[in-house]
Amino acid sequence: MKKIKLPLDDNIIKELQAGDEVRLTGTIYTARDQAHKRLVETLEAGEDLPFTIKGSVIYYVGPAPNKPGKVIGSAGPTTSYRMDPFVEPLLKAGLKGMIGKGARSESVRNAIKNYNAVYFAAVGGAAALIAEHIKEAEVIAYPELGPEAVRKLYVENLPLFVVNDTEGNDLYEQGQKKFQKN
Amino acid sequence: MQLIKTKEIEDQITRKVQEVNFELPEDVENAIKKAFDNENSDVGRKILEQILDNSEIAKNKRVPLCQDTGLVVVYARIGQELEFDGNLEEAINNGVSKGYKDGYLRKSVVKDPFDRENTETNTPVIIHYDLVAGAELRLDIATKGGGSENMSQINMMKPTVSRDGIIDYIVQVVKESGANACPPLIVGVGIGGNFEKSALLAKESLFERIDKTNPDPKLAELEQDILKKVNQLGIGPQGLGGNTTALGVNIKSYPCHIASMPVAVNLNCHSARHISLLFNGEGR
Repeated sequence: MKKIKLPLDDNIIKELQAGDEVRLTGTIYTARDQAHKRLVETLEAGEDLPFTIKGSVIYYVGPAPNKPGKVIGSAGPTTSYRMDPFVEPLLKAGLKGMIGKGARSESVRNAIKNYNAVYFAAVGGAAALIAEHIKEAEVIAYPELGPEAVRKLYVENLPLFVVNDTEGNDLYEQGQKKFQKN
Repeated sequence: MQLIKTKEIEDQITRKVQEVNFELPEDVENAIKKAFDNENSDVGRKILEQILDNSEIAKNKRVPLCQDTGLVVVYARIGQELEFDGNLEEAINNGVSKGYKDGYLRKSVVKDPFDRENTETNTPVIIHYDLVAGAELRLDIATKGGGSENMSQINMMKPTVSRDGIIDYIVQVVKESGANACPPLIVGVGIGGNFEKSALLAKESLFERIDKTNPDPKLAELEQDILKKVNQLGIGPQGLGGNTTALGVNIKSYPCHIASMPVAVNLNCHSARHISLLFNGEGR
């Protein structure tokens, strides 16, 4: 198991391989469907994004509301393919990592390789467990989107698997091929 | 006529939509434990372990199993000897709205598919009504996540299609869903009826226990054959490879037109949350 401290740099990313189990610690940002649409529109308009994208990691999540005294409610990953059309402009702007669930399109896999980035899978439906690893949470943009607002999170030892690495490997493809019969 | 108090329905729903989001059904949890023992992939076992740990945390801390606390679907079977002292649809929606607020559950419903503004109450719910014999009201309630719903499909097959042709189609739907529907899955299948009936049957089948044998031996055998093939796909827990792609297959069928063989596949994630409530006018 690899313990990783954020921010990600090229040296850390190069060492990550599809299939690695990692524990991630540091600051990440949340964004899902509507937030992605807005982030990319902001970039296209030549305006500043609501957070520093260079070297950042985005987590595809729309958390449940926090109970009193808790920083966040249950917060597991949502399905990543819906964000595929927005990934390349964000990588171009400096995004280094994405956390979600489910396979990416071929163009996203190529872009991950070309921009020296990484895609991690969190366990879908393990949302209560994942929330235990989120120590701070703050809405920093688009509060009107409710669960889809952009949040700044501080995570400690977030349990993840490396799916797409800089060498073009894909854990979904490799893992499934290994156990496929017929 | 037997009188049902709608306030009673509302209050029960307020409580139960919270509980159902905090606790896995017993049959599903047992199936995950069994899958953990039988899973050949190391990564797969680690994932199943996380899912079981998650279930403990959610149950003990009274927090949702999954952040996607779903769109609420209700199958309402209304005994025709009943009367209500108020509006049933309002009672169901009010109960859900209050339960989602009190339980700190995520509100995942938008007012309009184009404008996409959140209703902030997780309502309106989707209700399917059936008038049945008797003096009881049965409400089967599911809180269905978007990820698995998005991977569901329907196929108007030819009436001459072979049994293998039907199996291949269902297995193909699971294959295409890959990791997206959050495997290990429960595969709900509706065969027959017409276009919408097959989809309703598929969803209805997800309310059946997965540890119970289908009372129709022909369907029971079909369920077993599909489960075997699905688990040979190699998709595994969360799609990262393994021999546990589905925990169970449930099928319901219905008479259909001579020209038709509708087959609907409604996938459910491992967080297969559903509950049944019974009202008979005497408290519960």
